[in-house]
Amino acid sequence: MLLNQFLLLAAILFSIGVYGVIVRRNGVLVLMSIELILNSVNINLIAFSTYHGLGGQVFALFVIAVAAAEVGVGLAIVLLIYRNRRSVDIDALDELKG
Amino acid sequence: MIAALAPLSFLAQSATGNSFDVPANVVFYIVAAFMVFAAIRVVTTDNIVHAALWLILVLSGVGLNFLLLQAEFVAITQILVYLGAIVVLFLFGIMLTRAPLGRADDLDNNMRPIGVAVGLLLTAVIAFALIRTFGNDSLTFEAYAGSQAVAGNNRTTALANEIFGPQLIPFEVLSVLLTAALIGAIVLARRD
Repeated sequence: MLLNQFLLLAAILFSIGVYGVIVRRNGVLVLMSIELILNSVNINLIAFSTYHGLGGQVFALFVIAVAAAEVGVGLAIVLLIYRNRRSVDIDALDELKG
Repeated sequence: MIAALAPLSFLAQSATGNSFDVPANVVFYIVAAFMVFAAIRVVTTDNIVHAALWLILVLSGVGLNFLLLQAEFVAITQILVYLGAIVVLFLFGIMLTRAPLGRADDLDNNMRPIGVAVGLLLTAVIAFALIRTFGNDSLTFEAYAGSQAVAGNNRTTALANEIFGPQLIPFEVLSVLLTAALIGAIVLARRD
């Protein structure tokens, strides 16, 4: 197996996640795209850990835990937006625009 | 008869040798094709529940990749945390925000050309950098091969020693972060 096949797969997943963050309007779908990005980073960490020792695996576990925390807080925020505005369209949140 | 089977001899080699490159490559490319297709469906489908279900395929594909990279414990954690908890959280989020459960036309904004351009450009730049840097470097698992853990086939023990040895302080900080995030989520979501 080549190192690059894993890294290229991760690059493709990362780009798909970025596309999702740009294009999606629904807050929950944006969070799903962010999960795609975080997972592609995890593939990179594990692939490099085969060269540099178990630190990469530990870091991947940390990323998984931080992603879980991020989804919890993110969904709470989306829920709060829904409660205040009756919609989760994040393109409509433009109060900060002058 | 034996001569006819000669092209298949790589199978026997890979089964007896210390590498299992060919079957691992076959599995990798099948899984990778599924993952890319499922990931594209996650960001393009117009049914929000289907997006969560396609996400399950991507996440389990990532877990299979971890197995191919000989990181069993992380693969199991991936399945437990992502498929067991995070996807369920997403489904709860979908239900609680009363998203349209069928097809919906308003899930995307009108930035699709920009999104496609950014995605393709990003893929091209990263792929160029990766191919220039790593070329045909093959995975040797040299970091695992040297340790005693491989001989006893207990790499999870080595991982535990790493977490509870050199990485202990980051681990404890992470538990504080998880507690803070939990309390934050409760404070945000609770009705007053």
